[in-house]
Amino acid sequence: MAISDFQPVIGLEVHGQLLTKSKIFCGCSTRFGAPPNTHTCPVCFGLPGSLPVLNARVVEFAVRAGVALGCRINGRSIWSRKNYFYPDLPKGFQISQYDQPLCEHGALIFDVDGVEKRVGIRRIHLEEDAGKNVHDAAGGDSLVDLNRAGVPLTEIVSEPDLRSADEAAEYLKALRDVLVYIGVNDGNLEEGSFRCDANVSVMRKGATELGTRAELKNINSFRFVRQAIDFEIARQVGVIEAGGKVLQETRLWDPQRGETRGMRSKEEAHDYRYFPEPDLPPLLVPEGMVERVRDSLPELPREKLLRFQADFGLPAYDAKILVAERPLADFFEAVWKLYAGNAKKLANWFTGELQRLLHEEGSSLASLKFSPAHFAELLKLIDAGDISTNAAKDVFAEMFRTGKAPKAIVEARGLGLEKDAGAVEAAVDAVLSANADEVAKYRAGKKQVLGFLVGQVMKAMKGKGNPAQVNAALRARLGD
Amino acid sequence: MALTDFSMLELARRLAAGETSSVEAVKASLDRIERLDKKVKAFLLVDARGALAAAEASDARRRAGTAFGRLDGVPVAVKDLFCTEGLATTAGSRILEGFVPPFDATVVRLLKQAGLPILGKLNMDEFAMGSSTENSAYFPSHNPWDLTRSPGGSSGGSSASVAARLAFGALGTDTGGSIRQPAALTGTVGLKPTYGRVSRYGVVAFASSLDQVGPIARTVADAAALLQLLAVHDAADATSATTMAPDYATRLDAGVAGLRLGIPREYFELEGLDAEVRAAVEAAAAAYKAQGATLVPLSLPHTKYALATYYLLAPAEASSNLARYDGVRYGLRVPAGGLREMYAQTRGRGFGAEVKRRIMLGTYALSAGYYDAYYLKAQKVRTLIRQDFAAAWEEVDAILSPTAPTTAFKLGEKLDDPLAMYANDVFTLPCSLAGLPGLSLPCGFSRAGLPIGLQILGKPFDEATVLRVAQSFERAHNFVRAPPLGEG
Repeated sequence: MAISDFQPVIGLEVHGQLLTKSKIFCGCSTRFGAPPNTHTCPVCFGLPGSLPVLNARVVEFAVRAGVALGCRINGRSIWSRKNYFYPDLPKGFQISQYDQPLCEHGALIFDVDGVEKRVGIRRIHLEEDAGKNVHDAAGGDSLVDLNRAGVPLTEIVSEPDLRSADEAAEYLKALRDVLVYIGVNDGNLEEGSFRCDANVSVMRKGATELGTRAELKNINSFRFVRQAIDFEIARQVGVIEAGGKVLQETRLWDPQRGETRGMRSKEEAHDYRYFPEPDLPPLLVPEGMVERVRDSLPELPREKLLRFQADFGLPAYDAKILVAERPLADFFEAVWKLYAGNAKKLANWFTGELQRLLHEEGSSLASLKFSPAHFAELLKLIDAGDISTNAAKDVFAEMFRTGKAPKAIVEARGLGLEKDAGAVEAAVDAVLSANADEVAKYRAGKKQVLGFLVGQVMKAMKGKGNPAQVNAALRARLGD
Repeated sequence: MALTDFSMLELARRLAAGETSSVEAVKASLDRIERLDKKVKAFLLVDARGALAAAEASDARRRAGTAFGRLDGVPVAVKDLFCTEGLATTAGSRILEGFVPPFDATVVRLLKQAGLPILGKLNMDEFAMGSSTENSAYFPSHNPWDLTRSPGGSSGGSSASVAARLAFGALGTDTGGSIRQPAALTGTVGLKPTYGRVSRYGVVAFASSLDQVGPIARTVADAAALLQLLAVHDAADATSATTMAPDYATRLDAGVAGLRLGIPREYFELEGLDAEVRAAVEAAAAAYKAQGATLVPLSLPHTKYALATYYLLAPAEASSNLARYDGVRYGLRVPAGGLREMYAQTRGRGFGAEVKRRIMLGTYALSAGYYDAYYLKAQKVRTLIRQDFAAAWEEVDAILSPTAPTTAFKLGEKLDDPLAMYANDVFTLPCSLAGLPGLSLPCGFSRAGLPIGLQILGKPFDEATVLRVAQSFERAHNFVRAPPLGEG
């Protein structure tokens, strides 16, 4: 028996922070990075007598996610209390949704190694985030920061449709892309605004009954998702092959040691004692909201990917890079509208020079100094033979840094190519008469001499010769 | 007649006429508290300075002709379940010892905005769990009619303070009868409004789907005037009603002629119903008939399940609501080795026996494997109880019943028998479960000289009719009187 005799079955639970300005049940700010406990109020602190009031924006954001993931939006859903004790949980319960969530029965479609994969979305529900325990305080005390308490989260639960760690990682990326595209999440794993748990089990190939699953916690990067799931699959197969039984338990991913560790067994699992939250009426989705959200949703990443390939004739590789971030794709299309030349050529500029400079300068599209019109103008200059591709890179770099128009840069720096045929002829004549020996060699059949002659002409023209034009003129004069 | 004997509205009239001042009224109250509260033990905290400052401000407004309203300057007191900014709030529990809220409950803010000086915080059963104030972590309150007896509970400090004329009026809360039963046992008027009529923001939660704030006063008109201040929509409470409250005073004196008043058979067939209580309530019903009302016998068949239903749902919600008292952020913290030990020690020492009993009951009712049989089943029965009333409203305008099965019981009498204590709420619970308005007013005295309460239940948000029915009886058969407290 080997790992290949087993079929992994994986489902992911993703917590995504919704990008509302204020918290889900009070008016406090959701901004990250403020001094501890400064974005708090009686509701955040769970003071006696404080009550939650729903932030309507949160519902709209969750409905956006639900519609984008093809879910049925339940017109009426229920808030529930999830009861457990922890210092970062101020009320001793989390307000969440349980048996009647806001969204159900959706799907996410994405590619894994060029093959289309469809994963069911079982449900999306809303809940409040907890605070944060800080353990490394001076004096050895643990402290609690409640700035995060009450930050709105969506929990997106997939069906157990994933079959490998690769699929899980691709699913997570695709899900993140959708949420970021529709503007409800910033996709930031480091700040915890996008978090993931995985349910993993293995079954012998051909078996009909699912294996016992383990729930993996703390896998908060795309790399860790892959590593943790692969580790867990191997561990479970090892247990079974050794004649043992996989236990239903919660396991913690330890990124330092690259392993999952048992956290609590099924018997030790919390009984959360869910019951309907009596302080909040049922969540009713306002009339017309679903339609309004549907009409206002942008083109989703996958549709855009397919369209970029179909409409622009771009290879999948280029299209994928361009649509990875919506601002990049939007910028590409803005330039394309004004340029409408060779799409692949434009894509090369995007995947090459633009990405390189953005990376080098550590800047983002949002802070670009030049406009799509500038970009289009530069490409037109190249296509028209007004500047060389090499010179264009310099022009682009200056345009990137200063925001000046390409034509102005070309003129100021004298980078324009000589377009006067007479000037080319004159330079060619001069070079030919000054290099009679080489001309003779060429005529004797040593064709590689042409390169030398082109170089001499370009030099005579101080780099302003259009290589193609110079080449053609030389050949004509040499009688080819 | 001493100043403290005036009703709120009578005092308000005299304030408006310049015959007395708010400062005089506050001083008279403080003086009476000083002399008598040693015996009654209604107050957990007296805020003399705050009340006097508010009274001085009120008098200044009166002089300037800028009074906030009719009740500006009338001193009241509030149950210690309401958060009061800068003033310790305990909910009658050790676990909130030292807790000073940074905000006012909405109802406290409304009182302040109307210019009412707040004399202090009133005793109660811990977290409003109880019917006698004996579950207060601090001390029991005493019934002004017989100091060896309980003033009822959980709002027993509120009822005792109003009956003993230590305060002109008071606010209480009612989850299963905690306003009406103490009112009945002390000969005062207590009104639990419709669920959602009054904001719960800043009210320490017991059972969120049942808790409701209401007035305890000496007269029906006073209760109506207080309710008028409180019955406003509050955006900070998602269960607060958006419907505007009517002007209760204008409908108060319309009488009962033509009204149909229901007499629910189940309420009069209860085994533990005291004969004197029954006789007084039946006499009150007969009096209504004499005033032109039609008495309609009716059945509320699920009444007998109300007690069990309540004691599953209220503890279930309480077990969750009280989870926040964990020693981490405020109130009592008993330092201990680890986190779990700190939780256990803090909650073990901070909560009293009845609170622990209900947390355990509620935790059990919500546990995996028991939820369907207990919590869910109780919710279904709650629906049936609501439906009983919904059907009754097709026939009648209001319902009459006893408020409590007996008159005030001796302190200590039921302390060792929680079930006997729970049974004291048997007439008030169905109304709470159905979210209806209910009022208790004095309808007579027992041979032992103890007050008897008549309960009037109304349709949702029809406090106006409940008050009108109560007023009609009070005008004809006034049982409002001062208890025989020694003035020593």
